Amino acid sequence: MDAPAHPDLATVWSWLAEVPDPEIPVISVTDLGIVRDVAWDGDTLVVTVTPTYSGCPATSLINLELERVLRDHGVTRMRIDRRLSPAWTTDWLSDAARAKLRSFGIAPPVDGTAADGRLAGRIARLSGASNLTVACPRCGSALTEKISQFGSTPCKASYRCKDCLEPFDYFKCI
Amino acid sequence: MAAPAETVDRAAFADWLMRMGDNALILGHRVSEWCGHAPVLEEDIALANQALDLIGQCRLWLELAGAVEGQGRTADALAYLRDAGGFRNALLVERPNGDFGQTLMRQFLFDAFHIEMLRALQGSTDPRVAEIAAKAAKEAAYHLERSADLVIRLGDGTAESHDRMQKALDRLYPYTGELFADDATDRAVAEAGIAPLPSSLRSAWDETVRAVLHEATLSHPGETFQHQGGKRGVHSEHLGYILAEMQFLQRAYPGATW
Repeated sequence: MDAPAHPDLATVWSWLAEVPDPEIPVISVTDLGIVRDVAWDGDTLVVTVTPTYSGCPATSLINLELERVLRDHGVTRMRIDRRLSPAWTTDWLSDAARAKLRSFGIAPPVDGTAADGRLAGRIARLSGASNLTVACPRCGSALTEKISQFGSTPCKASYRCKDCLEPFDYFKCI
Repeated sequence: MAAPAETVDRAAFADWLMRMGDNALILGHRVSEWCGHAPVLEEDIALANQALDLIGQCRLWLELAGAVEGQGRTADALAYLRDAGGFRNALLVERPNGDFGQTLMRQFLFDAFHIEMLRALQGSTDPRVAEIAAKAAKEAAYHLERSADLVIRLGDGTAESHDRMQKALDRLYPYTGELFADDATDRAVAEAGIAPLPSSLRSAWDETVRAVLHEATLSHPGETFQHQGGKRGVHSEHLGYILAEMQFLQRAYPGATW
């Protein structure tokens, strides 16, 4: 019996682009940049995924969803590999993903503002000299304040708009 | 061609990895005890998220510890089936939560150490160590930013909050010295280029701690007696209670999954 031809990789990528992030369903796992590679290893389709945060509870769910979508498209032999390096960064979020986040009510990451744990930057931030201005995703005002470094998931912080008074999540830069 | 990991004593390397993993595991468990009990909702959520980061990091370190040890133990087996004497976490992270101030002070003293360790480990000769450290350092930077911020706000806050933060500092400071005390395990991994000597991280930690305590208007405790033992498996009574809660399910129902 002849094995069916492998679906080409561009097609596989388009399938994976339909897998929503379980926590933020408006963006897909490929928008998020966590699918790092797709390749055939003989008859086995190997999908390489990197976690967002070490303890993100969505990671195992995402792997299950990837497997389900591939099976729905007739792929029977597959493997999901984890790759830690290079560590995931919000720089990999596509522009389309950022626009989708904003319309969903989540302020997208402001690139280049990740905490680095260095003393000088920390003291600057603590003294109010932070370069981080997060615009309200609802009204666009730049007059916002941080409520907490951590929001509804590890990847977000809690903010409040001082103009429209709405609380919102900010997707932290990492 | 010998990989760096093969030129080091396996037992020492595995032991050192357990120190990294157990610090994250025990502190993560401690912090998770706040879930549903923190003074305000935002802090409750922040603590739970931070616990999640630490438990995630713990899994990466303990998986590697099991692989290096080579006896087929998984991260779960190491977390759930070792008794207190097998744990290698520093005594600091098993200290009880106390009040919110004590929890934050413990976090700050640890985070300030953790970030220096993780940053140095990114240059490890073992690529598996370097990649876990690179990932964890990003998370630890946010932990430190938060704990330093809150230590300053509460230290330089009301008379009551200042008093509690000073008491927390005085109570916890004697448990920080162990983080920087080099022993045979530390020297073995340092010689192989896997990890820095803990003592080499001391001055950067001191600088962070002094700067933050100064902003927080808290008095540095100075030279005090320093407790030691956790890194070699000699723990306080508190660890046993943590394990009783954390390991109960796997002990009572071996191999249970869901």
